[in-house]
Amino acid sequence: MKALLVGECRDGRLAGEVAELFGFAAVSGAEASLVLVGNPDGVPAFGGRLYFADAREYGEYNPDVHKRLVMQAVERECPDVVVFLQSSYGWDLAPRLAAAMNVAQVSGVTGIDDGGYAVDSCNGKMRRTVKPLTSSAVLTLQPGAFPAPAEQGVPELIRLDADRSSGIEFLGSSQPETGADLSRASAIVSAGRGVGSEKHVDLVRGLAEALGGEVGASRPVIDAGWLERSRQVGSSGQTVSPALYVACGISGSIQHLAGMKGAGYILAVNTDRDAPIGDVADVFVVADLVQFLPALTARLRVGQ
Amino acid sequence: MNILVCVKQVPDMAGRFSPNAAGTWYDEAALVFRMNERDENAVEEAVRFKEQLGGTPEVTVLSIGPGRVVETIRKALAMGCDRGVHIDDPLASERDPWQIASMIAGHARGCRYDIIFTGMQSDDRGSAQVGVLTAEMLCVSCVTGVVGFGWQDGAATADRELEGGRRGMTRLKPPMLLTCQQGLNSPRYPTLPNIMKSRKKEISVLLPDEVGLGEPLSSVTGFRHHERQTAGLFLEGDVDDLAGRVATLLDAKRGIFRRGGAV
Ligand SMILES: Cc1cc2nc3c(=O)[nH]c(=O)nc-3n(C[C@H](O)[C@H](O)[C@H](O)COP(=O)(O)OP(=O)(O)OC[C@H]3O[C@@H](n4cnc5c(N)ncnc54)[C@H](O)[C@@H]3O)c2cc1C
Repeated sequence: MKALLVGECRDGRLAGEVAELFGFAAVSGAEASLVLVGNPDGVPAFGGRLYFADAREYGEYNPDVHKRLVMQAVERECPDVVVFLQSSYGWDLAPRLAAAMNVAQVSGVTGIDDGGYAVDSCNGKMRRTVKPLTSSAVLTLQPGAFPAPAEQGVPELIRLDADRSSGIEFLGSSQPETGADLSRASAIVSAGRGVGSEKHVDLVRGLAEALGGEVGASRPVIDAGWLERSRQVGSSGQTVSPALYVACGISGSIQHLAGMKGAGYILAVNTDRDAPIGDVADVFVVADLVQFLPALTARLRVGQ
Repeated sequence: MNILVCVKQVPDMAGRFSPNAAGTWYDEAALVFRMNERDENAVEEAVRFKEQLGGTPEVTVLSIGPGRVVETIRKALAMGCDRGVHIDDPLASERDPWQIASMIAGHARGCRYDIIFTGMQSDDRGSAQVGVLTAEMLCVSCVTGVVGFGWQDGAATADRELEGGRRGMTRLKPPMLLTCQQGLNSPRYPTLPNIMKSRKKEISVLLPDEVGLGEPLSSVTGFRHHERQTAGLFLEGDVDDLAGRVATLLDAKRGIFRRGGAV
């Protein structure tokens, strides 16, 4: 099997998860080549063909231009699978490639099973196997699903060249909002949508204070404006690894887990015992947080 | 100006899921359905845009699925869309993203929409393909994961969400398709007068073959529960008792994460 891996850059640097694409190739026993629109100084080490275009010439991302570049590599390589990461780059570009190639796409692959690809469903509660019916396919890999092997070697470089016209003009990018720095907290207590209302965020604050920690949140709490954006934990927020992480009313979506699964000890408080946060929790308390959090906070205060 | 919003009806994710007999998807019996969250952001943005332009654009809302999806179309109409299109397909949940996109594109081709808003992905399937595939089939510009939208002098600005809280800013002209991400706006609740008014709005019904349903490119098997990975401790019971047990567990680890403790 031949795999064409599609690497990506973020803010001028090769994304760390690109190594996981090689992990997929290793698990599936595929011969791997890589296509990358990137920086000539930041090319991964591997022994294979590297289809390369300079991001300083073609831009870090433009879907029309990058589609043309990747399509050239596809035409030369004739791969069985074209493999992206499920990222802002991959979810945007992969369907365009699938459409151009007229083949199936499988998004968010977490494993290989039963002649197909395992994919999470229903916010991580369920799983399904998707099988392409076309002879080749486009895949996006869920970050963290395939361990990165140690690659070495110097790739054979093949330069790509494409027309740079596009109906989409890039005006620039903005950096994340600054504010709370959760990266140094030894304990983080996070509020999820399960807090139900803005006033219950105080219960989360109370526990954070009793533990001498910081308050974090899942995305819906931030989008509702109940806490400032700099407190968002997850793939589109901060990545944290405190000694203690308390997830209050958080279901445990892949995107949230991506930001906190490195925590030393994870306590989850949730009314739904099937919530996927159970996958990573050291202790899962099945309870209504409105009753449980004040009770726990009171106990900890007494103990101090 | 002609606008299309595509919405999907999905189950409430808090429900209990179990596989259907064929093992291809969930059994619907015990589930409560609602509008997909990011599609609410799409409807809200389309309606705000109509309001910004003084009410001139016509906003059509489209949904594919069995009879139950009419309820979701009605909700979008009550939020401010003008007319509905129901592609009546009882097998919608068995269709792959390519087929869903082929039906939307088949409908849109004859209608000359200037802007199509969709959700970035659905809560149940989560493939994030339908919007982009539709744009590719229609040969229109597409921006995904939109968390900011503006309009000036006949062009749109759309901010894309990137990793780690960064955003990419883009400008593009119609025709275009935008896939909307959470945080773009706060979707409104339909008011009673608007719910009443929406009952008089027209919903046209089309069949999959009339809008060019394509062949599937992928199939689904083995829909199942997600196996639990950790053998973490499960605690249940009386709240005070639970609080006591958890406090004891945390006290035992206190040295590690007390204020100023090691990270
Ligand atoms: C591209 C992309 C990027 C994303 N980035 C992020 C990100 O960075 N961070 C992030 O968090 N999400 C992110 N998301 C969103 C993510 O997919 C989920 O939608 C989100 O994490 C869900 O948040 P939640 O767990 O708080 O809410 P829900 O999934 O709605 O879960 C609420 C939980 O609360 C429980 N609950 C309800 N009531 C109570 C109660 N009284 N007591 C106790 N428990 C209760 C419920 O059982 C449920 O498990 C992203 C999504 C996408 C597509």
